[in-house]
Amino acid sequence: MTCDLCDETASVFLTQIVDGQMQKVNLCEQCAKAKGVTDPTGFALADLLLGLGTEESVSSPAQGTSGEVTADSLALSDGPSVCQACGFTHAQFKKAGRLGCSKCYQIFGSGLESLLKAMHKGTQHIGKVPARHQALLEHHYELDQLKAQLDDAVSREAFEDAARLRDRILGIEAELESLEAAQAAKSPANVRR
Amino acid sequence: MMRFDTLLNTPAEWMRQGHSHGDIVVTSRIRLARNLVDHPFPGWGRKLENETTLRLIQPTVEELPQLQNAFSRHLNKLTTIQKQALVERHLISREHAARAAGSAAVMNQTQSISIMINEEDHLRMQAIQPGLALRESYQMLDEIDTSLEESLEFAFDKQLGYLTACPTNLGTGLRASAMLHLPALMLSDQVNQVIQAVNKIGLAVRGLYGEGTEALGNLFQVSNQTTLGDKEVEIIARLQKVIEQIVNHEKNARQKLLGDSTTMLCDQVGRAFALLRHAHVMPSKEALNLISMVRLGVDLEFFPSDFAVSLESLLMEIQPAHLQIRADRKLPTVERDEMRSQIIRDRLKSLPEPDISKALGSLDEGPPSN
Repeated sequence: MTCDLCDETASVFLTQIVDGQMQKVNLCEQCAKAKGVTDPTGFALADLLLGLGTEESVSSPAQGTSGEVTADSLALSDGPSVCQACGFTHAQFKKAGRLGCSKCYQIFGSGLESLLKAMHKGTQHIGKVPARHQALLEHHYELDQLKAQLDDAVSREAFEDAARLRDRILGIEAELESLEAAQAAKSPANVRR
Repeated sequence: MMRFDTLLNTPAEWMRQGHSHGDIVVTSRIRLARNLVDHPFPGWGRKLENETTLRLIQPTVEELPQLQNAFSRHLNKLTTIQKQALVERHLISREHAARAAGSAAVMNQTQSISIMINEEDHLRMQAIQPGLALRESYQMLDEIDTSLEESLEFAFDKQLGYLTACPTNLGTGLRASAMLHLPALMLSDQVNQVIQAVNKIGLAVRGLYGEGTEALGNLFQVSNQTTLGDKEVEIIARLQKVIEQIVNHEKNARQKLLGDSTTMLCDQVGRAFALLRHAHVMPSKEALNLISMVRLGVDLEFFPSDFAVSLESLLMEIQPAHLQIRADRKLPTVERDEMRSQIIRDRLKSLPEPDISKALGSLDEGPPSN
């Protein structure tokens, strides 16, 4: 069997099932290394991005639409193509399947959603949160809740409730502001520089 | 500062301790990926930028109570063979071994904790334990992660979680894996079915060092593929459940082989024993597969049970880089195969011939209670 990327003899055979879609790829040792296939989980992305294996892909009838992921992820070129923070380009992402810095996710993020859907169980993180983010997140959550209650109170014309809610919202917003300022001042080692 | 020889001469904790689950689960590993905010990922960062992140991270890691008196080195201070030996010990990845300036590896002497600095991500932290101990391993690493984030600000997004160089690791940045020894499923041609079933539910199966799908020495790694959209404990619980099922399949396959294919099983173990005891040229692949059969023999009580522990370190000692460090020079394959056979012959000298009476006796009494 020959490598799907060059004509060398293939020695790395990958079969992966992502979201019910089976992908088979044959690579030679060198191409496998070049594409970072030593980690098969990292490979799913390169695979999808390169459109590799699409000829051989077998969609299960139940989830036949996941094959469109390739087209969707490439449509990400609609957005900005360079990250201002690190200079990484969209073309490089397509080639390497990896991003340049954490800011890249803000720049290229909108186009990633369909890719993440195909790759992961969900698109919302529900695991561990760093302590320095925890307090902020809780405040944001409370704020959202109070704002919903305020809308409700206004629509019910319960203006006393609304006034009380508004005061609490202002209080939390002030707290949030000081928290964020304190965090910026705390300056951990990697921000100090 | 710990010397490289001191590290390598210390058997890893997972190589010395007894296992749970009838020795089928060799090790459990947890890996967490983390990155600093405001710095390019190592794969995109220039040499100077990577050296900057290294200077920020390495001292912080060395200060951890879990890593007091640790082995800590810049990768350009290690030879290719030394780095390869760390890969053989599962302490650094092959990708990390290919790096030099701007990257480092930090690990404790018992090798239960290993931290790669500037691999694909700024931090790749690993905890490794013998037997099925995914939860314990995660707990160890979670504590380290929590201490580190007090002094390092990790890139985090409230929707995408921990931000990683590759989108496949977003969210928890967690990869949980177990190394399984599945000789009976292999001998009874069931291992592919198991792999396919495991793949279908979104878990990955790979060989000993992740190359291709062929497993050396009947050792397989099972790990989660998805990292976003689930809590850490759920990812681990799901993997644990699957591993317990595979372990049961392997146990059943062993009992079935003992009952229905006694001669074939005894022949396999006996041949492996004879070759390892008497061969003078022993290629790496062959050695791993034969040792797997002897290990199966130990598990089935053909051999004294305390021998399992020495097989674990033997497997390590006969790897190419370990051999060359022992010889203190580069060895061509021919010489390695010769040296390997000698080490194995020496080690198995004290092993008595396989005795199947005990195993067959337990079969008459019904399946073992464990």
